[in-house]
Amino acid sequence: MKPDVKPEDLEWKCSKCGEILIVGPVNVEYMGSRFSTELPVCPKCGLVLISEELALGKMAEVEQILEDK
Amino acid sequence: MEQSGLRELENRCIQEQPPQCTAACPIHVDVRAFAARMKLGQWAEAWKVLQKTMPLPGVLARICDAPCRENCKRGEAGAPVNIGHLERACARLAPQGGQRILPLPAKGKHVAVVGSGLSSLTVAWDLARKGYGVTVFESGEKPGGNLLNIPDSLLPRNVLESETAVLTSLGVVFRTGENTANPAFPVDILGEFAALYLGLDSPGEVAWDLEPDDDGRPKVQPLAQTTSLAGVFAGGRDSRTKPLSPVWQAAEGRWAATSIDRYIQKVSPTAGREKDGPYRSRLHTSLEGVTPLPETVMSDPGSGYSDIEAREEAGRCLQCQCLECVKVCTYLESFGSYPKRYAREIYNNESIVMGTRKANKLINSCSLCGLCEEVCPEDFAMQDLCLETRRSMVRQGKMPPSAHEFALQDMDYSNGDRFFLNRNQPATDSSTYLFFPGCQLSASSPGHVRQAYSYLTSACAGGVGLLLMCCGAPALWAGREEAFQAVLERLREQWKLLGDPTIITACSTCLKVFREHLSEVQVVSLWEIMREKGGRFPQVAGNLPKRLALHDPCTTRHEKTVQQSVRALLSDLGVEVEELPLSGARTECCGFGGLMQNANPELAREVIIRRAGLSATPSAAYCAMCRDSLAAVGKPALHVLDLLFPAGEENPADRKRPGWSERRENRARLKNSLLVEVWGERGLAMDEGNKIKLIIPEDVREVLDNRRILIEDIQQVVAHAEKTGTRLFHPQTGHFKASFKPMNVTFWVEYSLDGGEYIIHNAYSHRMEVVGGQGNEA
Repeated sequence: MKPDVKPEDLEWKCSKCGEILIVGPVNVEYMGSRFSTELPVCPKCGLVLISEELALGKMAEVEQILEDK
Repeated sequence: MEQSGLRELENRCIQEQPPQCTAACPIHVDVRAFAARMKLGQWAEAWKVLQKTMPLPGVLARICDAPCRENCKRGEAGAPVNIGHLERACARLAPQGGQRILPLPAKGKHVAVVGSGLSSLTVAWDLARKGYGVTVFESGEKPGGNLLNIPDSLLPRNVLESETAVLTSLGVVFRTGENTANPAFPVDILGEFAALYLGLDSPGEVAWDLEPDDDGRPKVQPLAQTTSLAGVFAGGRDSRTKPLSPVWQAAEGRWAATSIDRYIQKVSPTAGREKDGPYRSRLHTSLEGVTPLPETVMSDPGSGYSDIEAREEAGRCLQCQCLECVKVCTYLESFGSYPKRYAREIYNNESIVMGTRKANKLINSCSLCGLCEEVCPEDFAMQDLCLETRRSMVRQGKMPPSAHEFALQDMDYSNGDRFFLNRNQPATDSSTYLFFPGCQLSASSPGHVRQAYSYLTSACAGGVGLLLMCCGAPALWAGREEAFQAVLERLREQWKLLGDPTIITACSTCLKVFREHLSEVQVVSLWEIMREKGGRFPQVAGNLPKRLALHDPCTTRHEKTVQQSVRALLSDLGVEVEELPLSGARTECCGFGGLMQNANPELAREVIIRRAGLSATPSAAYCAMCRDSLAAVGKPALHVLDLLFPAGEENPADRKRPGWSERRENRARLKNSLLVEVWGERGLAMDEGNKIKLIIPEDVREVLDNRRILIEDIQQVVAHAEKTGTRLFHPQTGHFKASFKPMNVTFWVEYSLDGGEYIIHNAYSHRMEVVGGQGNEA
């Protein structure tokens, strides 16, 4: 899964750490399959943002494919 | 599904059966495809269709006597298509010549053919293509036999010559001026050739030493075309010495060629040849909506159909097919095929060990309404196939988790504390009747449940209990056998607690579940009871429509008494019922049935839009889900209870479909109000005090509902974010974003704070999880 992180995703800040999100490595998993990808994360605590576009687009697509495996 | 089960199912769907014309044609020309191309004026393409089946097409197409016509379906709506003349027009209009025939590699076997009439030339045609060496013995000076007697205007001599030239190019040797009449000829020739074909196309005596029939000619076994001598085959005439018609001569030649090939190869002479001759096809074609059309008149009968006339005549072809189920089912139509293919796709889907199960959506999108079985001439039941497959997928752990989860959670909600309630009528300790309003009427219009219960307690003697619960239909439809059995068990137990009362259902799905799965329970619909017990129901109020298009729920398909009771009740109220084109036993699903709406919401929407569009008259329904589905696409729709128990609303037909969150809240409030008002008990705490105050604008509410995100889910996300401080902040807008995963789904909410209230701007969800490393979702 290679989502394109949008510039506006990096306008969000981690409330706790006060850090602007950066693009960083993240592992995601569904139905026993694990993928490495790059998503907006807090550079300090690793808090991840899944954008609406990603959740309803690419991610939903991959979920569907994995459910049909 | 076993492979034999698949075969049985595939065989039941008749869509791939040939049209009657093709079945009736002795050589099974694809007349339908031919007519389709003729209609478009694609002469070369049409010619290719004839070439594919016909031997010597240049000859046969010009003289074919078209016995198929008698079976042409168009004959029942005007006059049969004049196929013979279309063949002739095609032979004239299509560019001729240049047929490239690639014979199979030479087999090194040689066959002798006596005579060169159409049956003999067909044998030569077919066998030469199969790689046999063929020698034609003709007593005349030229090949052609009795074809040479046909007027040149019908069969130009150069056409016959060019078709025999094709045979020559395939290696067929013509030996003209041969005397083949001596009695020992067949036996002698078998010394040189592997087999012999005797063409009997021309009338006249024969002298061969073969067992004769009553007419004194060689006795021939029909279809096998064998004679009394092994290796000697014959054909080309009927049993009474008169010659066969051209297409029959060609057919006998073809059957003989098949027999000769099998004889030489020493394989079964008969296996798989059941459909060699004409037969009756099982294909069903409805003539509903077909305008009768007369045969196209030829302006110059001497020269046949002109190109324009030919196109018009071919355009009368009905392009026979069945598709009865596909015509009435948006679901079957939307997957682009028909049940025979679907059965195969579903079978293959089940057999996949590694790889993608492409038919999951097909299996889970069926509403299980059973309309296909109702309209199918062969009773193909797509719903049985889909439901059985869902069960098998669940058993194997192959059911996609997202397909039905939301509906199953809603069922659990109905059967949990917030809704479940079982009581005898106040001041009684057993019940003669038990009102079972069902989860969705309670979710959609709880007021009607209260009114109906109040009506029943006054109309029925012996005590009317109340059971608030879900009948388990979502589990049934989802193929979750264990969960469904558990609900049934609980229903049975609760029913017994009240003294085995007769159950009165307001929902026809519940009725069907009880009838089919709890056979020991006496069950009756609310509509039958109201019809039986009567009551003072008001005439339709002035603000309500007097004429309504009645939508029968799909679960009443086989409940004629229920359907009639509703009509009678409406008639008593002064309502004129408009019958929809598909109603009663042929009614359609609203898109909720079978959990179609869960597995394929886009399709469910298409289904109800089509249903709503069947009539411009406001709808009446007697299933809450049907009414709400109609209302959701903007169709003015009343529930029959809106008429029986009018609440004085301005426009009950315009009442919006309550969203998923509201449907839950309505159930909880219904239970509470009944507990307090009817039984004088304490209601459950609605724990509103603990809840965060949310402000959700109307457009956001709609988004949430479409995404099946409950307000309760939003509450949990915001509460979690505010408690832990784990959230994102957007400095430009001042919005927060946070997520929470209560069970299998992660919900994201974008919100802002205004005073003590939370304004919800957006929400979405996903099932994939962020794991390991540093990753935490907000």
